[in-house]
Amino acid sequence: MSTVKLTVNGRAVAVDVEDRTLLVQLLRENLNLTGTHVGCDTSQCGACVVHVDGRAVKSCTMLAGQAEGCNVTTIEGLAKGDELHPMQAAFRDNHGLQCGYCTPGMIMSAVDIVHRHGGNLDEETVRHELEGNICRCTGYHNIVKAVLDAASRMKVAQAAE
Amino acid sequence: MGVEGIGASVVRKEDRRFITGQGRYVDDVKMVGMTYAHFIRSPHAHAKVKGIDSSEAVKMPGVVAVLTGQQIVDDKVGNLICGWAITSKDGSPMKMGAWPAMAPETVRFVGQAVAVVIAETKNQAKDAAEAVVVNYEELPAVPDIKAAIKPGAQQLHPEASGNVVYDWHLGDEAAVKEAFSKAANVVTLDLTNNRLVPNAMEPRAAIANYDQAEEHFTLYTTSQNPHVARLVLSAFYNIAPEHKLRVIAPDVGGGFGSKIYIYPEEMVALWASKKINRPVKWTGDRSEAFLTDAHGRDHVSKAEMAFDKDNKILGLRVKTHANFGAYMSLFSSAVPTYLYATLLSGQYVIPAIYAEVMGVYTNTTPVDAYRGAGRPEASYLLERMMETAARQLKVDPTELRKKNFITQFPYQTPVIMAYDIGDFHASLDAAMKAIDYAGFSARKAKAKADGKLRGIGVSCYIEACGIAPSKAVGSLGAGVGLWESAEIRVNPVGTIEVLTGSHSHGQGHETTFCQIIAERLGVPLSQVSIVHGDTDKVQFGMGTYGSRSIAVGGTAIVKAMEKVEAKAKKIAAHALEASESDIVIENGEFKVAGTDKSIALPMVALAAYTAHNLPEGMEPGLKETAFYDPTNFTFPAGAYICELEVDPGTGKTSFVNFVAADDFGRLINPMIVEGQVHGGLAQGIGQALLEGVVYDGTGQLVTASFMDYTMPRADDLPSFQLSHTTTLCPGNPLGVKGCGEAGAIGASAAVINAITDAIGNNKLEMPATPGRVWHAIHG
Repeated sequence: MSTVKLTVNGRAVAVDVEDRTLLVQLLRENLNLTGTHVGCDTSQCGACVVHVDGRAVKSCTMLAGQAEGCNVTTIEGLAKGDELHPMQAAFRDNHGLQCGYCTPGMIMSAVDIVHRHGGNLDEETVRHELEGNICRCTGYHNIVKAVLDAASRMKVAQAAE
Repeated sequence: MGVEGIGASVVRKEDRRFITGQGRYVDDVKMVGMTYAHFIRSPHAHAKVKGIDSSEAVKMPGVVAVLTGQQIVDDKVGNLICGWAITSKDGSPMKMGAWPAMAPETVRFVGQAVAVVIAETKNQAKDAAEAVVVNYEELPAVPDIKAAIKPGAQQLHPEASGNVVYDWHLGDEAAVKEAFSKAANVVTLDLTNNRLVPNAMEPRAAIANYDQAEEHFTLYTTSQNPHVARLVLSAFYNIAPEHKLRVIAPDVGGGFGSKIYIYPEEMVALWASKKINRPVKWTGDRSEAFLTDAHGRDHVSKAEMAFDKDNKILGLRVKTHANFGAYMSLFSSAVPTYLYATLLSGQYVIPAIYAEVMGVYTNTTPVDAYRGAGRPEASYLLERMMETAARQLKVDPTELRKKNFITQFPYQTPVIMAYDIGDFHASLDAAMKAIDYAGFSARKAKAKADGKLRGIGVSCYIEACGIAPSKAVGSLGAGVGLWESAEIRVNPVGTIEVLTGSHSHGQGHETTFCQIIAERLGVPLSQVSIVHGDTDKVQFGMGTYGSRSIAVGGTAIVKAMEKVEAKAKKIAAHALEASESDIVIENGEFKVAGTDKSIALPMVALAAYTAHNLPEGMEPGLKETAFYDPTNFTFPAGAYICELEVDPGTGKTSFVNFVAADDFGRLINPMIVEGQVHGGLAQGIGQALLEGVVYDGTGQLVTASFMDYTMPRADDLPSFQLSHTTTLCPGNPLGVKGCGEAGAIGASAAVINAITDAIGNNKLEMPATPGRVWHAIHG
């Protein structure tokens, strides 16, 4: 057992976990942040994507101990109170989700995609970048629309700041 | 239509919890004192279980119990059942091999459970499982249909001679023979419908809790039909009588058929929770999903179609072998029979049809309904046949289809189905216009100049949804009725709860069903909520599959609403001192037509519950229930056209365009309908290009992870161009047909027809991987 200290959604936490514990297990089982999901056991599906120090990471592929001192944001930490993040709003407005299981990972990946590409996103880039997130419900059509929509909303929001 | 009523693309009410991480799936639930189960599964496709030594495992930290297949048999937990009885040609019943929840003696597929470890933590259960020693004696395995029916093949079940489950047929053999004898042309086709893994993104999970004082069980499970689960667990598996068993299916992360069935893990969790008197949680991982979720499809077929000299179809003859895997899953028997052969008329006038289906056992994961269930197999066969015939007869494939379309409705096919309505010309014309079919040859020539092989492929599907009048399915062998129930509770403050036996696991019922209420009463969606997925809350229901929720479940809601409105009108008329027949409902108010007198819904509701001034003899309250049994299947139909390019150097396929023109009758929420089509198309395209289960010769599942089984990803798919043509379904008051499976039913033939058109070789099986396509081009 080790104590891992990290910041999750702006809150400093110290958690005692077995050394083999994955970050996703720490989030779901120790902190009850069940918005981050597990959809596979081979780091393929992306349902578990969170942000670690601002970068999208598959939290099933990182030991909890490796997150020592890190700043982790999960889907629960994305909205500002009642105000949805533009990516969350775009997923809802474009019907970018159905069963909702892949959605948290999709949204966290998509935010990272927009951050990295800024406003220079087109459909082909979005499709290529989303390769690490599997959705079985939507055929990706509306997810791609949502990401492109959010990218322009985020640009506008940034310009306004 | 109001802004939130029928026909409005309102955003989904349920989305807020999903986009903020507040969804509540089974694995998110925790109970006090909860233990964790880990199953010990067979690494062999076929073996005798000679012994299980758990002496070391039980001593390991945190282990609560190690339970085996023999114990579950000794405790008289029932074997898994198949709920649809199919009778062979010779009148004999289908041959059911015994399927205990954990195998006491013989394992018949890789992944079948033989024991379970229950421990304080998940890791402790996994660690201890490593220490359980199972002694197997391997037996020869039967990995596929060909091996199963070979003379002298290893037998899987003593009950099923020659590994044959049934040898069934439908149609008029003599009439087909006669038709073929008059044929000017006969077209033949051999094809395989590849086995698929449903792969809902949420792996299956179950939490069982036994309350010793009340002798009552609670089961949280990833189910598409919690009431059916309770019925089967109670009536057949001897877990508990229904009033002592509550089944909850909370948010469920996709199903596609695979979560219809009641699986061994749910039975074991319930049984174990009583044995150890603590809650037991099991969460499958993706590897377990690949090994144990019911697979889909897996047919091998030979088809022949007879044409007269004018290219009119005279007859169709089909012989299909269907692989059921090692055991008969809950509804498996119906899939290659009444959900397959009954759709072999497609959109065409085919005077004579005869289909033979032989179902066989193999040492593979059980196969059952997967999105479309039998209808994709029928549609793929027929639409590849039409394309093949057009090429052989040297006519345009759209012309050949149009020449043979059914145009008069109702239309009785020779294979049971009576199509109520449709307009097949309209959907094909819409799709051809959308893709500029007329301009294709110029585009093909241009692509050729760029070194690319361009092809176009058409698929005109029809399917059958709702799944039919209970009496009809009962006469065909179904063990259940296929009606749906709804209860409308108007609360004293005028808010409305709709309790439905349908289950939403991505379909958006919490929005669509509310829109029906909003349309009828003129109240905002925020005033209505949908309750589903809990047998303690909802009286009964048959769940969601077969694209049935709106056509059957939605109609039950309408029927219950009619009763609510009738009573509310009486109350309003009494309060307004008007005649009941003069009351109209508008914008949440009950008005006396032609006057300014009105009473708002909350006041009517309040009057119903205070009961101070009700019409003479009226019971208090405003709550009504309806059970609706459909009068027929519904028949969604449409046309899909795919245009693509093949790189002859690599065999890689690239989409140019994919258009869909569907007729689903009336659309309640077009945005949600389009989402359903997108998802279905992705699964149909996945089957055509990417997905395919591979077993090796010993019955090992080679494609057992997302690293080995190719799921469609964002960059494998195009954006889709959708349109709708409309013929309202005459069989239900909403005029709806259902839209959940169409994409998966129609898409694969369009893709393969396009590739074979591009490469000029019709011999191509799914999935059409670059390797297969390259070989089809270059030999």
